[in-house]
Amino acid sequence: MRPGAGRAVLTAVAAAVLVYLFVPIALIVVFSFNRPTGRYNLVWQRFTLDNWLHPLADPAINDALGRSLQVAAAATAAAAVMGTMVAIALARYRFRGGALVNLLLVLPLTTPEIVLGSSLALLFINRGVTRGFWTIVIAHAMFCVSFVAITVKARIRGFDWTLEDATMDLGAGPWRTFSRVTFPLILPGVLAAALLSFSLSIDDFIITAFVRGEGNTTVPTYVYGSFQRELSPQVHVVSTGLLVLSVAALGLSVLYQRRRT
Amino acid sequence: MAEPTPGQRRGRLAPYALLSPGMLWLVLFFLVPLASLLRMSLSTKRSRFDFDPSFSWDWSNYGDVFTTWGSQLGRSFLFAGAATLLCLAIGYPLAYWIAFHGGRWRNLLIGLVVVPFFTSFLLRTISWTVVLADNGTVVRALRGAGLTDVLRWLRLTDGDRVLDTPLAVIGGLTYNFLPFMVLPIYVSLEKIDARLVDAAGDLYAGGAAAFARVVLPLSLPGVFAGSLLTFIPASGDFVNAYFLGGTRSRMIGNVVQDRFLVQLDYPGAAAISLVLMAIITAAVLLYAKLLGTEELA
Repeated sequence: MRPGAGRAVLTAVAAAVLVYLFVPIALIVVFSFNRPTGRYNLVWQRFTLDNWLHPLADPAINDALGRSLQVAAAATAAAAVMGTMVAIALARYRFRGGALVNLLLVLPLTTPEIVLGSSLALLFINRGVTRGFWTIVIAHAMFCVSFVAITVKARIRGFDWTLEDATMDLGAGPWRTFSRVTFPLILPGVLAAALLSFSLSIDDFIITAFVRGEGNTTVPTYVYGSFQRELSPQVHVVSTGLLVLSVAALGLSVLYQRRRT
Repeated sequence: MAEPTPGQRRGRLAPYALLSPGMLWLVLFFLVPLASLLRMSLSTKRSRFDFDPSFSWDWSNYGDVFTTWGSQLGRSFLFAGAATLLCLAIGYPLAYWIAFHGGRWRNLLIGLVVVPFFTSFLLRTISWTVVLADNGTVVRALRGAGLTDVLRWLRLTDGDRVLDTPLAVIGGLTYNFLPFMVLPIYVSLEKIDARLVDAAGDLYAGGAAAFARVVLPLSLPGVFAGSLLTFIPASGDFVNAYFLGGTRSRMIGNVVQDRFLVQLDYPGAAAISLVLMAIITAAVLLYAKLLGTEELA
């Protein structure tokens, strides 16, 4: 086979795989404009803007969306702070036990979600902790800490910490050094990790299903629970809206980093 | 190992102070729960309505995992293994193409691979029911090509349906975890110095030989990471089997979900979870040995 032909085949395969990745996403967007006849928004009927004109028409979905956003915000804030501290410790200092810390960070990411979810739910049950909003936040912050620590650590590896010494030599105190030099330098990495945490939290289903207790629906647990009865087009609207917002946030963070460098 | 970092310092208390909140969180909410799980797996549920089982070194829960749920357990690893191989087969060419032929669009293209993460995992899975619907385009095309008979013979489908069959579940798993395969492979391919490939050419290696002897070995860490990130969540998944599978394609995740959240059989669910985790750990260690651990450091 000529080299050119091999490359054409490779390009065709890669293009087909990219299309495959986008088929369900395109369907979600398209079905947000559908007017279904039954209770399931799964068969294309005809185009309508109604779903988008009334994106918050279903109170059950609004309740779930509100909880999902609050959980994601709280879990991301907790994970961003704790994860960044871990990353700074690993990147900046040499100390005993670093390998153990790295192992503990990776383990939650290589454990199946049903194990994480069922074990954490048992802990709450054994200790008599009522499962609800805060147990979901605790669970999400747990796997997000690992993601943040690993992402931020990769970003600040090889960072020139002598800049801090220079700042101190020029008379700045430790707090001023951190807020004026260290923090601005690590901020892009922290923001990227926070965005990742937020999207992981808002879309988590399996762990949430175990630690949420009665009621306390988030968007994914609502979709799963209501699928026996219905699938309303508002679910597609909410999902498409979140997609647009995340891609916009991703685009902005890329632009922000490009401007800084 | 790690290259020297300018200004890196030896710490006494500061690193531990920085580590403590995050590590404490992981110990309390990851390690301690695993101990709860182990304890519960050895407890006895005295009746159907005993929701507070007591610890009693009861090993029978572990026997039940294999005698009662053996087929779901085996099926989970079979489906997860098939999905991992399919992800590798289609994910490697995509990662390779983006890394070596993506040019200045590389970052945008790898960004596209991540976009599915920003839409609902459940809704993406549900969307496949639309694509694979009976009498839909895909099923009619398969039927037209005479492939439904082959798939049925392979026991991947029932009748001439695709939905509610093992094929649909494996397809869903492949779809949902594909980005986890592409990203690490891309990262390892991107690091390869193009001059190494040129050098192989100068030494009279053809395209295939240069790939097999230079590119592929250097990308093995990515293949290893990608396979784990695909296989582990796929083997514990119950969402794909719930939406896309039938009774013949229930996985071990469905059993844990049902035992724990519906039947409130905590000892049973705990034993299954731990067996799943033990088998995965053994598989990972074996796989690391097969690929050669020194390349993975």
